[in-house]
Amino acid sequence: MLKDITLGQYFPVDSIIHRLDPRYKIVMIMIYMIMIFSGDSVICLAIGFVYTALAVALTKISLKVYFKSIKPVFPFLLFTALLNILFIRDGDIYFHWKFIKITSEGVNTSIFMMVRIILLLAGTSVLTYSTSPIVLTDAVERLLSPLKKIKFPVHELAMMMSIALRFIPVLIEETNKIISAQKARGAELDSGNIIAKAKSLIPILVPLLISSFRRAEELATAMECRCYNGGEGRTRLRQMKSGKADYIALSVTVFFLILTMTVNIKLK
Amino acid sequence: MSIIRTENLCFSYKSGDDENQIITEVLKNINLDIKKGEFVSILGHNGSGKSTLAKHFNAILLPSSGKVYIDGIDTSDESRLFDIRKRAGMVFQNPDNQIVASIVEEDVAFALENMGVPYEEMRKRVDDALKSVGMYEYRFHSPNQLSGGQKQRVAIAGIIAMRPECIILDEPTAMLDPHGRREVMKTIKNLNKEYGITIVLITHYMNEAVESDRVIVIDRGEIILDDIPENVFSQAEKMKNIGLDIPQTSELIYLLGKEGIKLDSHIITEEKCVEALYELLKG
Repeated sequence: MLKDITLGQYFPVDSIIHRLDPRYKIVMIMIYMIMIFSGDSVICLAIGFVYTALAVALTKISLKVYFKSIKPVFPFLLFTALLNILFIRDGDIYFHWKFIKITSEGVNTSIFMMVRIILLLAGTSVLTYSTSPIVLTDAVERLLSPLKKIKFPVHELAMMMSIALRFIPVLIEETNKIISAQKARGAELDSGNIIAKAKSLIPILVPLLISSFRRAEELATAMECRCYNGGEGRTRLRQMKSGKADYIALSVTVFFLILTMTVNIKLK
Repeated sequence: MSIIRTENLCFSYKSGDDENQIITEVLKNINLDIKKGEFVSILGHNGSGKSTLAKHFNAILLPSSGKVYIDGIDTSDESRLFDIRKRAGMVFQNPDNQIVASIVEEDVAFALENMGVPYEEMRKRVDDALKSVGMYEYRFHSPNQLSGGQKQRVAIAGIIAMRPECIILDEPTAMLDPHGRREVMKTIKNLNKEYGITIVLITHYMNEAVESDRVIVIDRGEIILDDIPENVFSQAEKMKNIGLDIPQTSELIYLLGKEGIKLDSHIITEEKCVEALYELLKG
C-alpha cells in the first residue's frame, strides 16, 4: 500500500495543461497570484474565476478532486471569515447587538478573502496535479539557474530535493519495518498518555536515523562511482522544450493580468 | 591484455586515539592480474577483506602501499579519477541505496549526465543499457514499484550506460530472494558472454562462483587460492578450514570420498555429478 505513495498529488492524465513546459507553468502561477491578489472589485474576482475555471477544465481532472483539496482548509477559511466579520467595524451597519457589530466592509472583506484563497488553492492545485514533483524540482532548478552566477547553490538544492523525493517511500517502508520489529519485541506504541506515546517514538526514530546515515553514505559512494562531481558541465536526459502551446498559454495569462489591472484602475 | 592489475597491494587503517594507535591490516601483498573479458569470482567470508579489495578497483580506496592499475592507469593518479571510474563501474549490495533518480531511465542516465554526454548520444546509450539488462519496458517506472532483482538490474544498467570495460559487483545478490538472484546472475553472465565485459563478482554464494571462469579465495587479507572453479572446489578440506562452504555437488563428492567411494572431485555442476553417480551405480 505504502509502496505506491506519490508525493504531491500528481494525476497522470494526458491533457494540454499536463503537456505544457513546467517552467512556463511556474511563471504562470506567479502571474496568477499577482492577478488574484491585486484585483479588489467583484469584476476582478470574476475574471480570476473565469481564468481558474478554464485552467481546471483543461486539466481533464474531475472537479471532485479539486474539491477534496479545498475541503480540509474550509473550517479554517470559515473561521478567518468570521473573525473578519466581527472585527472590521467600518462601513454601513447591518446588524448591531451589544458588542457584535456586522458592517458592510466586514462582510465584503471576508467574502473576498474566502474567494481569493479558494481560487489560489484551485490554481496551485492545477500546477501540482498536472506536474510531477520531480519535474517541478527540475523546472525550478532551471528557472533559478541564473542565480548560479552569484554563487547560489541551485543545483545542490535541486539535487537534495530530488534525492529526498526519491527516498521518502523507501524510508516509509523502513519505518513500518522498524515499527513491526519493535512491536514484536513488546513495544507498546499506541497506549498511554501523550508523553508515553512520544517516548515510545524514540525506539523507532533512533534506528531510522542511524540507517538513514548509512544509506546516505552508501548513496554518496555510489554517486561518486558514477562520476558525480557537482552541477558543473552536466547534461540532462530530460529536455524541456517550449512550443506554441506554451507561448499561447503565457499570452492568455498575461492578458488576464492586464484585464484585471485595467478594471482595477478604471473602478478607482 | 590485463584490465585490473595490482602490485603488492597492502591496505591498513588506523583506529584508536593518538596514544594507543591500533593499525589493522586488511589486505596484505595482493598480486592480481585480471584479463579483459574474464569472469572472476572473489570468495571470502565476512571480514576477509574482499569488499575492501573491490573498492580499490575503482579508486574509492587507495592502497596504503603498492599499486593498482586499471587498464594501465594508476589509481593514485587523481587527475584521471573519472577515467578510472568510467572503465571500472561498481555495483553495490543494496539496490535502494544506489538508485539516485525517481524514474528508471533517469537513473540510468545519471552517470552520463555527470560526464556531460550530449543528449542524442545519451538517449541511445540509456536505451541500449536498459535493453541489455531487459528492463526497457520499465523505463518510465519509479524504482519503488520494482522488485529487488529488477532494481539491481537497473543499477547494473546505470553502470553499463557508461560503457565500462569492467564491472565490479560487491555481493549484488545478498539482499535478493532466490528469484531475483537468478535474474541478476543471468544478466551478469549475459553481459560477460554477449558484450565481452569483464566481470568481477564478489560473493559468498558458492553456486554463483561455480559459474565463473576463475575463482579467487581471500582469507584474512591474503589470496589463498586462485584457479578455475573445478580446482578450487575440489580442495574441500582447505575451503572448510577457512570457514567457507563448497557447492552441494562438491560437498556430496567430498563426503562420499570420506566413506571410501571415490569420484572425480573436479565435478562441480549438478549434471556432471548426476552422470558420475549414474555411472557409479550402473557399474
